[in-house]
Amino acid sequence: MTDILNAFSHITSLLVIPGLAYASQLAFGALGVTLIFGVLRFSNFAHAEGMSLATMFCILITVWLQGASVSIAPLPTALIAMFLAIPLVALVFIGTDRALYKHFRAINAKPEVFMIVSAGIMLISNGVIRVVIGPEGQSFADGERFILTAREFREWTGLTEALVLKTSQLLSIVLALIAGGLLFWFLNRTQMGRSMRAYSDNRNLALLSGVDPNKIVWVTWILVAVLSVMGGVLFGLDKGYRPFVFQQMLLPMFAAAVVGGLGSPVGAVVGSMVVAFSELLLTFAWKKFLAYLLPTGLAPESLMQILATEYKFAISFLILVIVLLIKPTGLFGRATK
Amino acid sequence: MSQRETPPVLLATHGLSLSFGGLKAVDGMSLSIAQGSISGLIGPNGAGKSTLFNLIAGYHQPDSGRVELEGEDITSLDPHVLFGKGLLRTFQIPREFGTLTVLENLMMVPSGQTGETFFGAWFRPGRVSAEERALREKAEDILEFLEITHVANLPASQLSGGQKKLVELGRTMMADPKIVFLDEVGAGVNRTLLYSISNAIQRLNRERGYTFCLVEHDMQFISELCDHVTCMAEGRMLAQGKATDILSNEEVIDAYLGRGKAAKGTGVQ
Ligand SMILES: Nc1ncnc2c1ncn2[C@@H]1O[C@H](COP(=O)(O)OP(=O)(O)OP(=O)(O)O)[C@@H](O)[C@H]1O
Ligand SMILES: [Mg+2]
Repeated sequence: MTDILNAFSHITSLLVIPGLAYASQLAFGALGVTLIFGVLRFSNFAHAEGMSLATMFCILITVWLQGASVSIAPLPTALIAMFLAIPLVALVFIGTDRALYKHFRAINAKPEVFMIVSAGIMLISNGVIRVVIGPEGQSFADGERFILTAREFREWTGLTEALVLKTSQLLSIVLALIAGGLLFWFLNRTQMGRSMRAYSDNRNLALLSGVDPNKIVWVTWILVAVLSVMGGVLFGLDKGYRPFVFQQMLLPMFAAAVVGGLGSPVGAVVGSMVVAFSELLLTFAWKKFLAYLLPTGLAPESLMQILATEYKFAISFLILVIVLLIKPTGLFGRATK
Repeated sequence: MSQRETPPVLLATHGLSLSFGGLKAVDGMSLSIAQGSISGLIGPNGAGKSTLFNLIAGYHQPDSGRVELEGEDITSLDPHVLFGKGLLRTFQIPREFGTLTVLENLMMVPSGQTGETFFGAWFRPGRVSAEERALREKAEDILEFLEITHVANLPASQLSGGQKKLVELGRTMMADPKIVFLDEVGAGVNRTLLYSISNAIQRLNRERGYTFCLVEHDMQFISELCDHVTCMAEGRMLAQGKATDILSNEEVIDAYLGRGKAAKGTGVQ
């Protein structure tokens, strides 16, 4: 019995909770990708850099707040900084749109052109981040690190395998649920949200039905700013902020959005789960888990890992390729007209 | 035709022209629509009726000519601006938001309410939900009127062609339009429903003062509804006047019967 409980605790602590937290962080990114694709009709290569930039603003504000001794301990100060960073990031995104994308929309440029422009913006953002905050990692997490530490858990339960829950993990999951819920409410239950969906569905008809395209564009960027700030900060709190770690998130984010069907918010959430858990399940070392459950003689020698951790990013790539080959519209996507 | 009290002109076009390559689809059309009227636009297939609607509704830019709404030049304004000015249209081949439900297809129409502004949606949720309820009721009433309540929650892509037409008509009823251009709203719709649409048009016209301009090939429909009829052929004005006069006009009958050419319209009986 204890063995089963130990196995359960082990897998919850190292697989289920980190998986849910990672899926939540990914979902923020994938929702941004899918909104931009659905409404503005292009694949935004600068999305990861946008998240990095958003996190950078948030770190600078956090440091400033910490200097002014503002604190909401035991919660991390970055949570307040987030609210202050959102308007700034939204301004940056809308500014970029007005300076660049707007022109290409006006001349009805092809999606490929937008993609290249976004790649250019990615490079520029990269440079800006390097200049402002430098390439080194930053630690901005404060407040209580753990909700449930290994020691506490062992004392309470007497199990060998501890179930650990980090504040950043719980925050990621809870905030993702709240933000996701609000986003779906906005898209489905308000007129602005419906206009956005209508615009994404049939742009010409939406214009003829009175939808103001400029309004749609700026609302989209505000939503993307909110998602980027939240996703970036939560990822940074959980894994530590290194400016260019977000570049490695670009592939999983796109994989998640594509699995779910580009343009579908529900799809982006489901896709994030698929990608996050594929990564973890395939690179998880099953040795201990099996050792607890199997009879002593059968306990495996090796780590029982299907893929080495270094191949983590290959998994997103593989998922992307498989989906594009088998069902390019993804799980919830619609056929393009 | 001199009447003592002519109602004011609501919409007028002056020498409107548009060519597609070498083809003059609309060629110098001047037309005026009186406030509060129901006028008809007829003409054989390919006469340029739909193109004229597209020009008026801002969907195409004219090569030359002007469109005026209540004396204001509205040529080449963006469609959503024209919509805001109360100028609406439906399409001959119905268009819909396929991924939205039928109800949402109506509820997407902007109405200048709190829920339509981004900040209103988040910061005044109480008011937004009250308005949502009112909006939903209005949309449901319209669906009931159009007899498509049973498909309210289906994605609009699953509707039949006739049902999609009704959804388009419903969308115009959601806004508070001054003038509505209906492009063959009756084509493909069954008789009984056609009858209630024609009733609806008359009621909206009488009770709410909407002005209508409709393209139809069904001459009975036209003659029952319209005060004033314009006939187009090959992009140009052929004749205009009172419905009864136009429908018995030699030239008009010739254009429809096509003088040896095949005529496709349900036509003049
Ligand atoms: N987008 C377009 N590109 C090229 N040619 C067009 C286009 N739209 C219409 N035309 C041409 O313009 C002419 C007028 O077409 P239009 O659709 O306005 O006719 P219509 O009077 O509405 O006919 P119908 O009764 O069949 O609907 C036709 O010869 C058509 O082929
Ligand atoms: Mg036509």
